[in-house]
Order: sequence, then structure tokens, then C-alpha cells
Amino acid sequence: MKLFTYKQADGVDEAIKAASTKTISKFIGGGTNLVDLMRENIEQPDTVIDVTHLPLTDVEELEDGSIKIGSLVRNSHLAANKIIREKFPVLSQAILNGASGQLRNMATTGGNIMQRTRCYYFYDETACCNKRNPGSGCDAIDGYNRIHAILGTSFTCIATHPSDMCVAMAMLGAKIIVEGKNGEREIAFTDFHKLPGDTPNIETVLQQGELITSVVIPPQDFTKNSLYRKVRDRASYAFALVSVAAALEVENGSIKNVRIALGGVAHKPWRAFKAENYLMNKEVTEENFMLAAEEELKDAKGFEHNSFKIGLAKRTMVSVLKELV
Amino acid sequence: MDSIIGKPIDRKDGPLKVTGKAMYAAEWNIPNLAYGITIQSTITKGHINNIDTSAAEKLKGVLGVMTYKNAMQLHTLSGSDPSSGKFAEKDLLPFQSERIFYNGQHIAVVIAETFEVAEHAASLIKVTYNEEKPVFDINQPEAKIYQPQQGLGGTQVQVKRGDAEQGMSNASTKIEQTYNTPVYHHNPMEPHATSAVWNGDTLTVYDATQSVFGNKNAISTMLGIAPDKVRLISPFIGGGFGSKGFMWANSILAPMAAKFINRPVKIVLERTGQMFTCAGRRSFTIQKINLGTDNGGKLTSVKHETTSETSFVDEFVEPAGVATKMIYATPNLDITQNIVRLNKGTPCPTRAPGEAVGTYAFEVAMDELAEKLNIDPVQLRLINYAEKNPDDGHRFSSKNLKECYEKGAQSIGWSNRNIKPGSTKEGNFLVGYGMATATYPANRSKATVRLKLYQEGNAVAACCTQDIGTGTYTVMAQVMSDALGLPIDKVEFKLGDTIYPQGPNSGGSQTMATTGPAVRAAALTVKSKVIKLAVADKKSPLYNQTEDAISVDEGKLFVTSDNLKGETYSQILTRAKMPLVETEITTNVSTRETQKSESNPTTKQGGEQGGQGQQSGGQQGGSKDESKDNPFVKQDQDLDRSNVAFHSFGAQFVKVLVDPLTCMIKVDKVVSIMDVGQILNEKTAKSQIMGGAIFGIGMALMEGSVYDENTGRIVTRDLADYLVPVHADMPTFDVQFTNVKDEFISPVGARGAGEIGITGITAAIANAIYNATGKRVRDLPITPDKLIV
Repeated sequence: MKLFTYKQADGVDEAIKAASTKTISKFIGGGTNLVDLMRENIEQPDTVIDVTHLPLTDVEELEDGSIKIGSLVRNSHLAANKIIREKFPVLSQAILNGASGQLRNMATTGGNIMQRTRCYYFYDETACCNKRNPGSGCDAIDGYNRIHAILGTSFTCIATHPSDMCVAMAMLGAKIIVEGKNGEREIAFTDFHKLPGDTPNIETVLQQGELITSVVIPPQDFTKNSLYRKVRDRASYAFALVSVAAALEVENGSIKNVRIALGGVAHKPWRAFKAENYLMNKEVTEENFMLAAEEELKDAKGFEHNSFKIGLAKRTMVSVLKELV
Repeated sequence: MDSIIGKPIDRKDGPLKVTGKAMYAAEWNIPNLAYGITIQSTITKGHINNIDTSAAEKLKGVLGVMTYKNAMQLHTLSGSDPSSGKFAEKDLLPFQSERIFYNGQHIAVVIAETFEVAEHAASLIKVTYNEEKPVFDINQPEAKIYQPQQGLGGTQVQVKRGDAEQGMSNASTKIEQTYNTPVYHHNPMEPHATSAVWNGDTLTVYDATQSVFGNKNAISTMLGIAPDKVRLISPFIGGGFGSKGFMWANSILAPMAAKFINRPVKIVLERTGQMFTCAGRRSFTIQKINLGTDNGGKLTSVKHETTSETSFVDEFVEPAGVATKMIYATPNLDITQNIVRLNKGTPCPTRAPGEAVGTYAFEVAMDELAEKLNIDPVQLRLINYAEKNPDDGHRFSSKNLKECYEKGAQSIGWSNRNIKPGSTKEGNFLVGYGMATATYPANRSKATVRLKLYQEGNAVAACCTQDIGTGTYTVMAQVMSDALGLPIDKVEFKLGDTIYPQGPNSGGSQTMATTGPAVRAAALTVKSKVIKLAVADKKSPLYNQTEDAISVDEGKLFVTSDNLKGETYSQILTRAKMPLVETEITTNVSTRETQKSESNPTTKQGGEQGGQGQQSGGQQGGSKDESKDNPFVKQDQDLDRSNVAFHSFGAQFVKVLVDPLTCMIKVDKVVSIMDVGQILNEKTAKSQIMGGAIFGIGMALMEGSVYDENTGRIVTRDLADYLVPVHADMPTFDVQFTNVKDEFISPVGARGAGEIGITGITAAIANAIYNATGKRVRDLPITPDKLIV
């Protein structure tokens, strides 16, 4: 680990100011990912800015029925929150499917969004990785890529975003509120993380010095009927091979509302817009669920060790939608 | 009197462990301790061109950087027996040359005032290499496969019986299948760790090892100093599973580094990377199995060919066929072992080396055979039941396997198993049942125990063996308590320090089976001494009684027929003005086929026993060995074991649930019925078997190390990428024991239970998955993707 300076910010403005410098700075919340990466010399910040004292720890219901989640709300608290469990059970399930109890007690909402890929080669500083060291190549493409992406990959990077929470957030149509020296802005959850393209090192649209202050989930009744399913190699404490978050509303045997997002398949939480469009107003049948899944995965591209994810993603989508009927 | 033998008492060391008072190798509070961090090669084969340590050395707090350029010279240790010292890579003494044999090989130790400075300094070291083309994959054309002469400890790995080809051609039903198991890492909770302290020319080493004596010998030999200049201390070990059976570089690098900077140094291997490269592993295996039977399902021929890997710096064989020669009766047998040298670290024993992976492949093959024959899998095993050891025709010391099958089938609900696979559902899940046979040798070797009974009425025994987390402290105290007639809280067993007489290394499930009889003989000897004192003393209520007529309970000696007539140990010793009564006893019995002939010294050498313990060098001012003509030792050693085979057995039954869409597998229930002789502590024994089953769940469903196919570097290099089972994976466990005392193994009657739990279980799970899904996956682990295809 490289030696670094630690600063504690007491206000949002102070945090933003501290981060708006030319040196490399990182905000630290729970530190459950950042500290790992620093220990492995993957992240080498000059300054670590502790934001855990900022007043961003509440979950509140806004007048329009939206739910605003402070970026420092711990994963455990968010999963246990009564409003969340009632209105968006899928979010609670997704969080509880991630990490372990100890990690969820530390990890924050903002930190979860900002967590970095679990690609083996990204984590091994001796390997070639365009994300860690732009232009150095990608050892995963010709290497062991069982956990890697099948959608939205590029020639430079096939890493996935590892979050469970974000899959549910993307499905729920959440918005991320960020604050920087030029004030506040709002970013749709599905626009926040980027596909790798030629710059896999740039993972989000967040600008230098900007801080996530909250996530807002718009009101919607039908997401009460929602479900998160995570397929992995063991029953807990493992990243998703494929995960699916979905919400479904059926009226008179046909689909009135549907939302689907996939995890473990792309560089970002993957909102399945194609499948959603296919299913709208369709009859509720297993066949239609499978056709929608086929539609979504039409452009999927497997690599040597992960082609199974294409079939697995389809099966998991069908499995979740069937259960929501 | 209610015997304490078998009682599920809590671990005596439990409170120490949960309060943090149990000292592990990296935890000793040593004054002036410096921190060593090792760095590893990032190429897979070649030479170090240069190591630039200047930036690291300039850093404040750095005390030195040790490399091949400046490290002290080491002496070769070529022994292969871990009990007397086995360095895991005999041709790669650390820091003696610039050659690189594998990716992850230690190449430098950075020593600093603090761990953090050492870690940062390590990142500043610049290494340049001259790379050569490595061979790290068996499929490379350069990979050379050969047949090894023998396995660890001289085990036969090429075994032929009858005519396997002829037997196969006579068979009416045959199967031929190939099974693959990946590389496994042990992942003990405690990483390998060593602290070394020099005091003049004497060395104290705090080490995490399954062979305290072996490592002491290895360290002294490699450093070129006398064995009595080295003391090794290892009272608690946070799991080893074989990875701490051989000695690894950290154990010698710490003493070297401490000498180098003239200060105590601690080295702890990092979990990430280092525990996956420098601490051993289980080799992959490729196992080809041919089975042939007659119409009735009786085996006419068995062939089992295994290929495993070793390194360029030592030879370790993963002998998957080792159980095949004795598990079932067959007239014709051909066990073949192949091995390939690769540019990887050296593999080493991993819990049930050979048997764990061998019983997986063989017992799945038996399941496939049962299906082809349309015979129930349990029935097929009964048809081929071996009443005598098929390998040598000897009787088994005690075998109650039929009872295991029967109880296991009943406990799992075997009658619910649908013979047609993939056809039964419970709710949304496919349900399947599977079973397999478990077996492991019942090993026993030599141990010396010193025991002291104090005037205060408490007893302390000491033997330099290990408690690798399995319960040695507790179980040996139970043997003492039983033999001395003292309450459990008045007895204490000490281990893990070379100042004590030498006991066995912890490998081959032999610790308890070996140490127990020596503890018992020592306790009975001391008890007898005190009784002799009492019956000769006119002031004693026991005066003039015969020794046989006296019993002891709760520390009180009394006439068996009149329990009011008696007095305590304490009263007898106080009157005799003796602060203590002591003895030192050696029992030396080998139950291993390869060593039997040179053992059983009583029958061979007419009772010459005393003094043998001293040769191995543990006696530092201890008492004389009193084994010679000792009736308790004679009773044990005079027993003729020459025509007895020593094995434990068991039956594993498993129920699984499989999600038909996502193909996620849940092991729902595991029933393990074990025949391991007398149970000394039901709780620790059950934990052993349960732990084995958890290992089996790992092997069956998720474990496996992956090496990069382009570089040969380990990919799954931490516990996020190398998955082991977690609580949520746990099934309902039902562990039962036949609990039949083995009259041949020792007067204690107990066989080891450390490794048998991992045998058979993986096959039982795999067979249950087949029964649930109708899909036979023959390369482990069975992950969802393999069932989707």
C-alpha cells in the first residue's frame, strides 16, 4: 500500500473542495472495496477523504412519493428499511444477496454504486488490464473469463460491474443525485455507469470532485411485485454469475407493466429494455418470457469460459418472471 | 463409574481460543520484533536478472532486504518423512540462486520496523528477469509424463493383481469413464506464519506446523546447526489440512531474516496470492476407470489410472488409486499412476491425499456401473463387499461397514430414491439421492509421553505432537482422566513444544491413535506406582491389598469390593513426602503396511524399547524412559498384528435439491455413518466428520484453482475467487458412529477420524446430482453452467 494523506470532511462542500485538486483523491465511506484495492496497489490515492461524517444517512419519503436514500445509508440499514421492504422488496433482496453481514454493515449506498469490477486480472497488478493501466491490454479476453461480461463488451475490456444493489436500482428507474463545485445534478441510474468502449478506465459519468449525495427512487405501485434472483457458485458471499431483478404487473392475463434488469453480464447494471418492450401487453406465458429473454440476449457475445451465461441469463429471466405471475 | 471416554465434552482449549489467549505462531508478543514480508516471482520460468532494492532500503523503517545475493547459505535436507523433517521443495532451498521454477516463488524478504512500512517497501522493489518458456499445462507438448516409483512414505502407487485385461474381457458388463478433479488449495484459517528469535547461537521458532519435531529437525539441518540449538513452539494451529505437514519456505526464511538483521523477525504469508502459491496444494487428477462385472454385478476386473502433477523441484504424487486396491473385492486389478512435472509450486498432502479425489472418481464409477447393471447402488457394494483386505488377504482389525450402509440408508430415506434420474420433484426443485463408501487407513506410529502426578492431586502429561484444531488437548485429557481415575479438570495435556518428548506428526489421521496409547500406558504406569506405594504402606487403608483389587475414581483409590476403604492420590503422596510421581513411556506400533515389518519391536526385538525416544532428540533433562518390561506397553506391543489390516470405513448418503431452471444445487442433507473404532469424544469426532463433509461440498460444488492458460500464474488467488462453502451452503448433518472398540489397533481402541470424513462424500453428492437431474458431470466442480448444457 502506498502512503497517503487522510482527511475527514465535516460537510459536503468541504468534501467536494478537498477532492477538487490535481492530486488523486478518493472518498471513503465503508471502505469495503477501496481499502482492498489500496492494499493490492490497484488504487493509489494521494488523499483519502473520509465522508462518513456527512449528514447523508437518511431514507426519507418525499412529497411526490419518491424515496430519497442518502448516499451514506449503510447497505444493512437500507435493506432493513420498512419503506423499502414494503415498496421495493426487490431492492432489499438484492442488497441482502450481496457480500456478507459484516460487509453490509460497513458498505454505503454511494460506495456500492462506485465499487469496481472483480475481474481477476484487474486485481492482479502483474496482469495486463486496460482498466487499471490504459493501453496495456486485456488478459481476460484470452484468459480465464468465466465471470466476465456477455453484453456491451469491447475489444479493450470485458469486465462486469459486481453490484447487486445497482441491478435493483436500475430496474426501479432510480436517479443518482451528485454534487460538485458547480452545484447539483441528477443522472438516471442507467446512464451513470458506462460501457467500456475504448476507455474502460472511465467507469462512470462522475466528474472529478463530484460526490454522490443521494439516490432517488420514483414512486410506482407495481414494483411491490418484484423479485431479485442471483445465480452463483455458492449460496452466499459470492458474486453473481447472472442475476435478475424484475417487477411485473399483470391485468386480465396480459402484461400491463414490466421492468427487468440483469447483473453479472455487463460493465454496468443492464436494464433489459428490449425484453421489457417485447413483453408489454403480451399474454403471460412461459413462451413469451423466453422469447423476451431471447430478444434481450440476441446481441450477447460469449467468450471461451462464459458462453454459458447467455443461456443462464435467459433461464433466470424466465424463472423470475414466472414466479412474479 | 461413568467413563469419560466418548463423552462429548467441550474443548478444554475453547475458552482460550474465544478469548484470544491461545497463542498462534504470528501472535507471540516478542520484544523488538521486526516484520518480514516476502515478495514473489511474477514470471513462471527463468532467471532473475537483477533485484533493485535501493528504493526500498532507503525508506525510513526498513531494516534490510534479503535476496539470493545476500542470504546465508543453506544445507540440503533430502528427507521425505514429515515426522523427521520434510522440506516441501528439496531442490529449491530459498534464496540460494537466481533461478525461477514457478510463478509465485519467494525471491526476497523485506524486513521493517512495522508491517505497513514493510508492505510499502515491498512495492518499491524492482525485479528484472530473463524469461524462459515454461511448461505449466499438461497439454503442452513439452510436458513429460512418467510413472513414479512410489508415493509418500514408500506407498505403492503401481499395483497389479491377477490379470486385469483378462478379467475385463471376461466381464459381461463394463464401464469406462474418465473423471477430472481440479487443483485444490487447503485454505486453513490461519495462514502459514513463523516468528524466529536468536539468542546467541540458539534459536527459538514459533511456527504454524503439523510437524513440530519435523520442522525443528528441518530447520536445524538446513541452517547447519545442532538440533538441540533449536526449540520449536507451536501450541495452537489454525488448521492445516496437510498444507502445514511439510515445511515451507516461511519456516526457514524467518530464522534467516532474524540472523540477517540480528533481531527477531516474523513472517506471515499473505492470503492473497501467497497462500495460493507458496503453501502447497492438491494436484489436479485425471482418472480413467474401467470396471468389469459378471452378470450378478460381481467385479471381475478393476483398472484405475491416475495422472497428477508435480514440480521441477520435488516430487509429490497424488495417489488417487490408493483406496481402490482395498475398497472392494476383485480378483484382477491394475492401478497405474502417472505424473507430470510442471512449472508450478510443489503439491503436498491435502486432507486424505489420494483417497479424497480417488474415492470421488471410483465411487461415481460404481454408481454408473450400478445403473448399467440395474442394481441398487447399495446392493452393488454389498455384492462386492470385502470381508478381508483384498490387497493382502489379511483380516481387518475391525470392519462394520454393512452396519454403516444399513443405518445410512435408513437415515437418509433411501427408499424414497427414484431409480429413474431426473424424475422426482419436491416443490419447484428436482430431488436426488446418492451414496458412496468412505474409507481411510487407520494409521498409528510412535509416541513418547512424559506424565507427572502431583501431590496436589492433579496430573500433567506432555508429548510433542500437535492439536491442529481437531481436539488433541481435550481427547488426550479424557484418556488421562479415564486411566488415572482423575476428574477431567485435574488433568492437563501439553503439546506443541520440542522441550517435550517426541510424538507423532499430524498427518495420516494418526495423532490421536498414536498418542492415545502412550498417554494411557503412562497414566496406568503412574497409577500403578502410587498403588504400589499405598499397598506397601502400613498407614494406608489399602495396605496389603493386591494391586488388582484397587480401583480409582475421582482421584480416590479404593478397594473395589469395599469402596469405603481407600484414600486419595494426594493423601498417599503427602504421607510419602513425594511432590510427584512421574514416568516416561514410549509406545511404538506401526499399522502401515510399508512400515509394519520394521515396527512391532517387542515381538521382533524382545521388548527393547527404552531409550528409543531419546534418539530422536526431544529429551532435555527429562526422566528415563520406563517402557522396557512395562506391562502396559507389553500388553499393547506384544499383540501380533502381522496379519491384520488397519482401515476405517463409512457410508455417505446425500440428498440434494436442484433448481431446474437456474441449476443451482443445494445439498439438503448429509448422513455420514462412520466406523472408526472407539469414539473418545463424540463432539470432536462429529466435528471432524462434519468438517470432512463440508470439504466434500466444496469439492463437489465450487472449489478449484485456476491457472492462467497464457502465463501459468494463479488466477483464483484469494478467497473471493477461490470459493469454499459458507454457512448458507450447509445441509442438515446426521453423523453417527458404529463406536466399536478396535481391539487390534491399541488398548484405547480408537482409530483416527480426521480424514475419512472427506472420502466418499464428493461422490455421494455427485451421484445425488445425477439422480436429481439425469446429468452426469465428470469434471469437478459441478457448477450450474455444467448442468445447463
